Order: sequence, then structure tokens, then C-alpha cells
Amino acid sequence: MPAQDSRELRIVGFLCNWCSYGGADTAGVGRFIQPTDLRVIRVPCSGRIDPLFVVRALMNGADGVLVSGCHPRDCHYSEGNYYARRRLELLKRFLPITGIDERRFEYTWVSASEGQRWQHVVTEFTRRIHELGPAPLFNPVSEADWNALALKASQGLGCSCHG
Amino acid sequence: MSQLDDLKAAIKDRLGELDCVIGWEQGYDALHATPLFIRSEADLDRLIIGPLAVHNLSTYLPGLKGKKVGIVVKGCDSRSVIELLNEKLINRDDVVIFGLCCDGVVSQRKIRAALSADPGFVESVTVGADDLKITVAGQNATLKLADVKADKCLTCQHPDAVLSDVLIGAKHGAPALASLACQDEFEAKSDAEKFAFWQETMSRCIRCYACRNACPMCVCRDYCIATSRDPLWVSQENSPTENMMFQMIHVSHLAGRCTECGECERACPVDIPLMLLRRYMNKQVKDVFEHQAGTALDQTPPLFTFKVEEERIHERGW
Repeated sequence: MPAQDSRELRIVGFLCNWCSYGGADTAGVGRFIQPTDLRVIRVPCSGRIDPLFVVRALMNGADGVLVSGCHPRDCHYSEGNYYARRRLELLKRFLPITGIDERRFEYTWVSASEGQRWQHVVTEFTRRIHELGPAPLFNPVSEADWNALALKASQGLGCSCHG
Repeated sequence: MSQLDDLKAAIKDRLGELDCVIGWEQGYDALHATPLFIRSEADLDRLIIGPLAVHNLSTYLPGLKGKKVGIVVKGCDSRSVIELLNEKLINRDDVVIFGLCCDGVVSQRKIRAALSADPGFVESVTVGADDLKITVAGQNATLKLADVKADKCLTCQHPDAVLSDVLIGAKHGAPALASLACQDEFEAKSDAEKFAFWQETMSRCIRCYACRNACPMCVCRDYCIATSRDPLWVSQENSPTENMMFQMIHVSHLAGRCTECGECERACPVDIPLMLLRRYMNKQVKDVFEHQAGTALDQTPPLFTFKVEEERIHERGW
């Protein structure tokens, strides 16, 4: 049941098996209404998530990426989410220099019992992505775009001191 | 005695106990230096130092692990050596560090831009106190050293080797912290402008991996995920996306480890300003973890560890 009246966007969600996946399941069992734009990828632990998974998703056309794991101190593997927190925070801070809107990526913690919280997170994030609209594509889509890009690249526009 | 003579004497002293000492010599023309592997006293005659000796020679150290090696380092290079030591990629006992007090090195790209025609083969270069006299195709040109200094030298915080067994020359001390105008200008641009910039720039990338190969902290060698087929992170397609993806791999694997030696940017044959990404990432690392790679021994890179309570990561409430 879509919460928005507009076209669906592509949002990728990386959820930890032990908490957030369970939380999403709890929300489903509780029949909470959720937007359907999110595609869930279940991972064993948020520590398994290489920030490059997020980058790859964004570069390949995802409009938003949501990562959710266990709350700090609740990790099934004791410390996976502590490493994840450091990596994901750096990724979030790094995105602006690439020109990808950092609001398209978010990470958070949802436990298996927090169905309500999951509903809130997924609704809020989906709404944010809808406000941002579809993400721009890194690759040009047509032959004409390619040629325009190649021309611009050959002129080396953009950085005043690097040509 | 000049710095070079001091250095030669110091190397001569230790050469007997070492398999080789890595320094610089003149390359294919007077403007370009090339790495020199000194194995005997005769090789010492070819050694050069100064603003033309730009390479970060610590790139060679992990490959020579287990051998007794001497290395000549500038301030920035010594940071790479420290980072390699901290990550246990080399052994301290196997390395003899000849540290220099560096006055900065030149940027070949800036020299090329400052000369009226493409220099091609440069016949002679005279390095003065604050200028370079270049003879190319029978014509003389004088360039101010300050104008052709590499970007990294403009904001250098460690002109003297941070770690060394022998320190050559007079210490400069740490200069005031300055930021790079070009970096600030780029960071102030809008998302759309930056996005368009990388689209254009990355469509120019030929994915030759020179940036990776010149990087002293890229130590995966044959196991780099950018060139592996299993897992397949980057396809063979030469598109801006795939090229940018490769750079994202490079930056993320250097998060908290990059010592900003600028070798990636220098090695790039199509002049992609890769340091824009690296400097920005390093700024974030410093901001969140108060960490600067290679500035002290026995630091752990911030992504190799964690704290249960992170002081500087403020989780956003939902």
C-alpha cells in the first residue's frame, strides 16, 4: 500500500538480520501501513555493510539508500555496529564533495521489537526521498548527452586551477 | 657542506649494512627526476635532491619488506613511512630513514602551464634560491618557484621529516595552517555543479590505475577489488560511473590512512584533480576522529577500531 500518491522511487535498504529486519517484520506482522518504495537487502550484520555497497547503489540509479542495524550495545556479534557507525558516518560526511545529496543516504538503528519505530523511519525516509525527487544519473543517457559531456570534458571546465 | 653532500656522506656511512638505498636521480630530461636505487658508492654520484625530486619513494617499501632498505624522505614522504609502520606493513628494524628538511617540490603540471609551449624535452634546469631557469628548444625561461610549487607544499604542515634516523639540513618548524584556495572554491560549489564536474572529469579518466599504483598506501597489489573479477566491483565498461566508482573505492580504502602526498594526482596522465576528494575525506576524518594519518607512531587508523561512546558522532533522532 503506497503511502504516497506519486510514482514509486527506488530506495535500497540494507537491514541487519538480527534487529532491523526483525523490526521491519514486526511492523509487517502488526499491519502498520508503510510506503513500498524500499527494497530490503538482508545482511548478517550492519558491520557487513561496506560503505561502497551504498555508493554502488547510488551510482547505479538508486534514489536513496537506508542502512539500519541494531542499536549500539545490542549487536549480535558484539561490535559490528560500532565499526559500521564509524564507516557510515564518514560516508555520509564524504558524499557532499561528490555532488550526491547526502540526504539520499541515511543510517539508523531499529531493534526487532520496534515495529512502530521502523514504520516511522521508513515513512520519514521515503518522504524525504520523494521531496528530493529522482536522483540524477551519473552516466549520460543518450548519444547527444555523451557528445556534450565529451566536449565539456575536453575543455576541462569546472576547476579553475586544474584545467 | 651542502645538504646533498651531507646526505651522501650519511648514506655512505650506512650503505654497507643495507641492501639498497632509495633516492632520486635525473630522469630522461633535466626537469624530471626518477627513482634511484643505490647499491654501491658509485651510484651515489647520480643522487639528486631539491625541488625536482618529487616522488614519494615510500611506495616501494612494502614490496621490499624483509630486506634492509634505506630511504630518502621529505616531510610528506615520512608521514607515509610512519603510516606503513603503524599498519605493520614494514618493519622499523629493516628501514633506515634519511630525512630531509624540505623546501617544497615543483608541480610538473604548473610548469607545463607556465611555459609558452609544451616543453617536450628540457635541455637544462638551474635551480636558484627562489626561481627555476629552464632552457627548452634553445629558449630560456625563468619561473618563480613559489608559482610552480605543488599544491601540497602550499599547505604543508610537516616540511621536516617527522621520523628519521638521520636528519639532513636545518629544521623549518611547522608553518601556520593555511587552506588551499582551489579546494575551498570547489567545496563551496552547489551539489549540481560538483556532480556535473565529476561527470565531466570522470569521462576523461582512462582508468590506467596510475593513481593507485603510485599511492604508497595502496597495498593490496594483485588483490585490488577494482581489478578483480570475483568479486566484480567495477566492470570493464569505460563510463563516468565506473570510473567514479573506482575513485570511490580508492578514497574509501584510504579513509583515515591517506597521508596527502599527492602522488595520485601527480601520476594522473589526464590531470584529474583527485586530491579534491582526498583532502575533503581527510578533513572529515580529522573532524570526527581527530586523526591525521602518519603524524605519530603507534596510531591506529580510525576505521580499524571504535569507541563504544563516540564523542563526535551525533546520531540523528528520527
